[in-house]
Amino acid sequence: MAQIPAELKYVASHEWIRNEGNGIVTVGITDFAQEQLGDVVFVELPEVGSEVNKDDAIAVVESVKAASDIYAPVSGEIVEVNESLVDEPEKANSEPYDDAWFFKVKLSEESELEDLLSADEYAAECE
Amino acid sequence: MGQRTALYDAHLAAGAKIVDFGGWDMPIHYGSQIQEHNVVREDAGMFDVSHMTVVDITGPDAQAYLQYLLANDVAKLTSEGKALYSGMLNEKGGVIDDLIVYRADALGGYRVVVNCATREKDLAWMNQQIAKFDAQLTEKPDLAMIAVQGPEAIEKAKQATSAEQAAVIEQLAIFQGLPCGDWFIGRTGYTGEDGLEIMIPASEAQTFWDALLNQGVKPAGLGARDTLRLEAGMNLYGNDMDETITPWQAGMGWTLALKDEREFIGKAALLAEKEAGIEYKLVGLVLETRGVMRSHQKVIFTTSDKTGEVTSGTFSPTLQQSIAMARVPADAGTECAVDMRGKAVPVRMVKMPFVRNGKKVYE
Repeated sequence: MAQIPAELKYVASHEWIRNEGNGIVTVGITDFAQEQLGDVVFVELPEVGSEVNKDDAIAVVESVKAASDIYAPVSGEIVEVNESLVDEPEKANSEPYDDAWFFKVKLSEESELEDLLSADEYAAECE
Repeated sequence: MGQRTALYDAHLAAGAKIVDFGGWDMPIHYGSQIQEHNVVREDAGMFDVSHMTVVDITGPDAQAYLQYLLANDVAKLTSEGKALYSGMLNEKGGVIDDLIVYRADALGGYRVVVNCATREKDLAWMNQQIAKFDAQLTEKPDLAMIAVQGPEAIEKAKQATSAEQAAVIEQLAIFQGLPCGDWFIGRTGYTGEDGLEIMIPASEAQTFWDALLNQGVKPAGLGARDTLRLEAGMNLYGNDMDETITPWQAGMGWTLALKDEREFIGKAALLAEKEAGIEYKLVGLVLETRGVMRSHQKVIFTTSDKTGEVTSGTFSPTLQQSIAMARVPADAGTECAVDMRGKAVPVRMVKMPFVRNGKKVYE
């Protein structure tokens, strides 16, 4: 069974979101997503400083099986990206919730956080 | 629920992720497709290929029948045990399936292994064509098949078999197969490594699988099978060729035995195509930058408006970059790019295979 940590928020397109509390959220892909993708071989990240809108495709994960878009779960500015993922894309498989975060967004619409799914709601999406 | 092989429980026990494959519930991987791929390149892995269809051809006209049915010539099998790769074509020269045929005197003729996804149309075609011949076609659904592949595959398989079976393995040259009791052992495969494909009564499959596990042979899924065969430059039916594609256009020209008077299905169409000029060819592509080529992506050329298409594309674990097979116009030149998600990414055209016996082989 895929792990779905209770303390995180989610979107149905299989990204997780951690609220860092200072108007910044960290985003990655879920355990369920990495299982479906299979071995990840390339990751393409957004540019730091770019403005993104909720639901924009802003990153790409290539696995042995397919290329998948990663969507911005919230609107705002990209303030940091996880460059280590470019050299070690396999971390997206082995530690999706830890070292394999993708990018951090400085929220422009704090209220968008209310639309995110809880762990239970996301678990229902995965069934 | 799909059909299950005799090894279905063994796959679950090994942690397999099961997917539907041509109506069969088969393991796509057991955790990491890339690790399974690497094990086959460096050591020994095993694949359950029991879903493939095994057919024995017997009777006085067995040879004449196969000579008419297949584009390659079974007369080349000059001694017991030799094997041959061939296309089975329709009248237009299109590939109905690709297959391996072993000369199996002890079984009264030949043993043929065809693809699983094409089983019904293959058997219908083969039965239709056999009517004119004094020969019989017998499907062997009670056989399981395990492919043991990799540089250590033969040594480990010998340790996992009886003395008598090990002796048969010992005497097999590359691309030969021989029966041993109710087993049939072929030194063939679909990975570009040395190894065996072993047909075995389904009732014995689990025991043999466990014996191989005990020798350190690692289960590998259909995912690794696909990346291994693509690195080895081996076609996948349905991707790289089908009934609308002739062997000329599928990198299978070497399998055509056209030099003598032998009549076979599709021969006239093949000769006419050659005479008129073959318009497309199958080539290898290497992407030296980031990204992964995928089937159906378009191939565009610097010096021609004609386009080609990727037929199989993947990430090569051995080469750590993307490789692909593509069908391209024969006269469009070599300077090309692949349209990847709306971006024309330059790629290099190379002669296949990409990898043999664990090593990069193209220039």
